[in-house]
Amino acid sequence: MATVLKIEDLHKSFKTGFLLRKKKILKGISLTVEEGQIFGYLGPNGAGKTTTLKCILGLLFPEKGKIELFGLPHLSLRAKERIGFLPENPYFYEHLTASEFLNFYGELSLKKKKDIAARVKELLHLVGLEPWANMPLRKFSRGMLQRIGFAQSLFNEPSLVLLDEPLGGLDPLGRKEMRDIIARLKQEGKTVFLSSHILQDIEMICDRVAIIINGQIHSQGTLHDLVSEKILFTEIILSGLKSNELKSLGERFSYLGEKTLLKVFEEDKIDTIIDLVQKKNGKIHSLIPRTQTLEDLFVGMVKKG
Amino acid sequence: MRITAIALNTFKETIRDRILYLLLFFAASTIIFSRFLALITVGDRVKIIKDVGLASLSLFGALMAIVIGTQLVYKEIDKKTIFTLLSKPIHRYQFLLGKFLGLALTLLIMLLLMSLIFLVLVFLHTSKIDWNLLIAIYLIFLELLLITSVAILFSCFSTPILSSIFSLSFYLVGHLSWGLETLIQKIKAGPQRVLAQILYLLVPDLENFNVKTEIVHGLPLSSQFFLFTTLYGVFYTLFVLTIAFLIFRKRDFI
Ligand SMILES: Nc1ncnc2c1ncn2[C@@H]1O[C@H](COP(=O)(O)OP(=O)(O)O)[C@@H](O)[C@H]1O
Ligand SMILES: [Mg+2]
Repeated sequence: MATVLKIEDLHKSFKTGFLLRKKKILKGISLTVEEGQIFGYLGPNGAGKTTTLKCILGLLFPEKGKIELFGLPHLSLRAKERIGFLPENPYFYEHLTASEFLNFYGELSLKKKKDIAARVKELLHLVGLEPWANMPLRKFSRGMLQRIGFAQSLFNEPSLVLLDEPLGGLDPLGRKEMRDIIARLKQEGKTVFLSSHILQDIEMICDRVAIIINGQIHSQGTLHDLVSEKILFTEIILSGLKSNELKSLGERFSYLGEKTLLKVFEEDKIDTIIDLVQKKNGKIHSLIPRTQTLEDLFVGMVKKG
Repeated sequence: MRITAIALNTFKETIRDRILYLLLFFAASTIIFSRFLALITVGDRVKIIKDVGLASLSLFGALMAIVIGTQLVYKEIDKKTIFTLLSKPIHRYQFLLGKFLGLALTLLIMLLLMSLIFLVLVFLHTSKIDWNLLIAIYLIFLELLLITSVAILFSCFSTPILSSIFSLSFYLVGHLSWGLETLIQKIKAGPQRVLAQILYLLVPDLENFNVKTEIVHGLPLSSQFFLFTTLYGVFYTLFVLTIAFLIFRKRDFI
């Protein structure tokens, strides 16, 4: 598989405050994105996700580090011809209508006039904005702007789509639609790089994840690699047993009145508990094995970082 | 094609700016007012109309160029539209050039509108067409292009208000710098004179674009002067745009 995006040891700082003191934002980011992946760039607010994306796009100049797109230097036009970008809070020219706007951006992507008109229609259809094709963007809602932003990022049928918080500000239905479109991009063989501070989104659609905290990558790999499938413990909710009978079987927590929540760490004790409950005419309300989630990993890292 | 696309979008955006029409209204009022001014003065009334008319074309044109020009780049950064724009396969200089050409088109149309009012007024008064006025208007357009490039240059690194102040100073200094030329002739030959000459080269001489005196007094304009002024305007504008581009090229958009 070909490498689509490669970042090596990226450093960026901003001068802030009255004294223009340097504040380090990116402290040596390295990552690689392979063709055909949906790559999730996960990190809490302020971690440096947007800053990384802006460096990739040439909107910011890093102090140090190397960025390659398709094996080309990231600032070359040949590389840019093959990417699409949706910024974090898309703002667009308010005086243009949806289709005028896409037309304008189409011309920047260097297509033939005839092809542009057809592609505009296609994209408006794809993001479900056909009925509003002639409405000025200033009347668009947040969700609609997100969609038109998405449409412009796809204009040139890019091989790599960079999406900064693509599900931010959308309602549940909008999020689902957006996820579906992203999944379809993958089916078409495109590579997607998306940033998010929301774990669920990443967990649901990404093949590979890099976790960035405070300007540093803390973990990178396939979801499978990052999150062990090993069962960490089993949660059993039961009733009808006295608390001293449960001693030494697991960690006990009281739970809604009669019920007890038991965290069992050794697998062989589960059978003992089930036998015991049957003998004492108790009742098991639920039994859930817990594996490590991306959330556990993420929360652990954020606390450490 | 990419430059054209940006230029046309800039044109569409700037031509809707209400401030242009406010300035257009003031310009028209001043031009028409010159007719009443002419009525209460003794001497050649047409001279006053031409004098005031050409002055207001230059002044209001420059104000338009400054007010809109200092916002052009700033607005794209402020509204974050530049993020997606520069993520397209375009060079930064193409963006800047597109912005410049778009506003130049807007200014051309505004200047033509103001000129129309002015020329009609002159025609009503004299019942004949003074072709030299067209040359004067052409030179004012060259001046406006230069002012636009200066406004864009300042707006590449500062806010619209500061850039407006800088650009307006450029306009005013540029129209007073002819004083320097007379000064140079009075200085004795030597290093002082060279220094003054260098200073004169750096400070723009916008009076080059001002042919009011010649027009009003019906003096001939040599084709040599015409050529020199055109080259002066074009090269000065390109020079300023190049500096603007050098600043813009390495700018971070945060
Ligand atoms: N213009 C700026 N000047 C100074 N610091 C900034 C600027 N923009 C962002 N930052 C800081 O950079 C850090 C990373 O920001 P960003 O990349 O936007 O984070 P994320 O997208 O992960 O939420 C934050 O701590 C933020 O405060
Ligand atoms: Mg961000």
